[in-house]
Amino acid sequence: MSGLGARLRAWQAAAQRRLPQRRSRVLAGLLIVIGIVLPFAFSSSSGFINATIIAVAYAVMSLGLNVVVGFAGLLDLGYVAFYALGAYSLGWLGSGFFFKAKIHALVSPVASTLPGVHLNFILILIGAALICAAAGTVIGLPTLRLRGDYIAIVTLAFGEIIGTLAVNGQSIHIGGGMTLTAGNLGISAVDAPYFPGIGSFNLLNLRPWYWLIFAILLVVLFVNLRLRDSRLGRAWVALREDEVAAVSMGIPLVKTKLSAYAIGAAFGGMSGAFFGAYYTTVNAGQFQFGFSIFILAMVIIGGIGSIWGAVVGGLALGYINNYLIPDVLNDLPSHLGFNFQLTQVEFGIFGFLLVIMMVLRPQGLIPERRRQLELTAEIAPADAQLAEAPGTPGGAA
Amino acid sequence: MSPAGTPPPPAALRAEHITKAFGGLVAVSDISFDVPQHSIVSLIGPNGAGKTTLFNMLTGLYRPSEGKILLGGRDITRARPDLITRYGVARTFQNIRLFGAMTAVENVMVGHHSQMRAGLFGSIFRPPWVRREEVKARERARELLAYVGLREPGFDRLASQLPYGDQRRVEIARALASEPTVLLLDEPTAGMNPRESQALAEFMRALRDDLKLTILLIEHDMKVVMGVSERVTVLDYGKKIAEGEPAEVRADPGVIEAYLGKQAS
Repeated sequence: MSGLGARLRAWQAAAQRRLPQRRSRVLAGLLIVIGIVLPFAFSSSSGFINATIIAVAYAVMSLGLNVVVGFAGLLDLGYVAFYALGAYSLGWLGSGFFFKAKIHALVSPVASTLPGVHLNFILILIGAALICAAAGTVIGLPTLRLRGDYIAIVTLAFGEIIGTLAVNGQSIHIGGGMTLTAGNLGISAVDAPYFPGIGSFNLLNLRPWYWLIFAILLVVLFVNLRLRDSRLGRAWVALREDEVAAVSMGIPLVKTKLSAYAIGAAFGGMSGAFFGAYYTTVNAGQFQFGFSIFILAMVIIGGIGSIWGAVVGGLALGYINNYLIPDVLNDLPSHLGFNFQLTQVEFGIFGFLLVIMMVLRPQGLIPERRRQLELTAEIAPADAQLAEAPGTPGGAA
Repeated sequence: MSPAGTPPPPAALRAEHITKAFGGLVAVSDISFDVPQHSIVSLIGPNGAGKTTLFNMLTGLYRPSEGKILLGGRDITRARPDLITRYGVARTFQNIRLFGAMTAVENVMVGHHSQMRAGLFGSIFRPPWVRREEVKARERARELLAYVGLREPGFDRLASQLPYGDQRRVEIARALASEPTVLLLDEPTAGMNPRESQALAEFMRALRDDLKLTILLIEHDMKVVMGVSERVTVLDYGKKIAEGEPAEVRADPGVIEAYLGKQAS
């Protein structure tokens, strides 16, 4: 009898465990479908689609930084370095910039006649991820032996170094009259993504761009979800929680941190390569320190360590930055009688949002499950005291 | 000490003249001792005697300034802590150091890290062998938690939410998950009442006998120390002042002096 009861209970528990999983699967499927059909609701070159494309690309970066900051707990203030490297990967591998070379792979008929390195966008994407992962490893190797705040300082410095390198890269000759970067002039005339059967992307029809970055987001999201619930994901969180205990449990410190850093870098690079193609130029001026903080703000507002939080944070700040402030509310101050436009104070607005978030919802929009539990755990004893207060029966249920 | 003719079995863990200096402060000075296989050895001494420093050297968190540490014949003096864990040394901490934001099961699964193989690509693509490994690790974690006496409802709670005694249990389970041959316990009975301490002493014996473990113990509860240990090493001011069977050590005038002060005798 008790055996049957136990089996029933086990079955019930298993069903309860599976139910939210199935529900979240349905929800995820629904979101993907909505994501795919979304551009049909707007004209193919509308400002909203443009803002959406940028917001989704931000979400990809936010997911990448979330691996570093959220999972592994390494405060990286130089994430813009990987945006830059990703964009330059596109400049190097998908334009006539290295004009002495003649390398072509699966590109449009036009591009295949031009001098330079012209690879298919997917190959560039993979290349950008690899280049950034390698750079992340090189940068991380000396950096990640440090702890806490020191990591933040050194990564900040590396972000600046890469930025400076980008600006001055036009003076770095790599032979044959070619330089490393084009500095503030920018590498322009980069190839638009081309796929056989679809043709080259252009800026009159933004829908293919949107589907491309949406596909990248899905891939990055998938990798994030898989990693979170894996041996590696647990090792990251363990290191974040208690480094000494983690290494004493057999987790190799440097290797594990490096893998987080390299993966975060790879995602940043993929998004950077996309931005390079979408903006049709790779300009050293794009890679400012403020951008690192901007991405970090997405992670924080979304909820540090939370995958869905990183997506929502990236989308939210992306829309605010590229749609709400410039397109919708820009003239609001002048309507109210002030002599400025909202775009002039956008960093003030982001700062204000961050402060508001920290006051009202420090755990972020969609907190990580673990942090959520932690926060409710802190509230629980207070609740218990309330329940035990005289005059409130049933406290000891 | 061993009867002539029978060669002593190799020590599970051996320290040879190890010294640790932090700048001018010598925390541990020229200490040698053996932990024989399948034995329970206690390390006692007043606060600040250097016991935990010694543990930190044995587990690779500190590098000894001088001396050598051998694990069953293998020199681990300069090995990284994660490798030492892989070679078979696991530990618990004086102030419990669980991963507070992880559940009890996840904590124990982290302990199993060195026994698992899934790397970056295995984790992303999750081929069948990775799935099997995950399922096995999770089952093993639950077994271990049950073995150390945690009750089922606690398994999926966050470690930080568990009561103190259960946190100690989870920490031991986490250490066991790395499948050690030598287990280092740093004041495992701290904060326990006499009855719980006694139960833990029983449990340590069971660990030694069932899992064939060798246990090195830092302990202040003399009842536990005298009850479970085959040998006791006494430290004071970073030096070894006595060593031997519990009864010998208890009668040693130097030990009494270290604990009670000179006048008290």
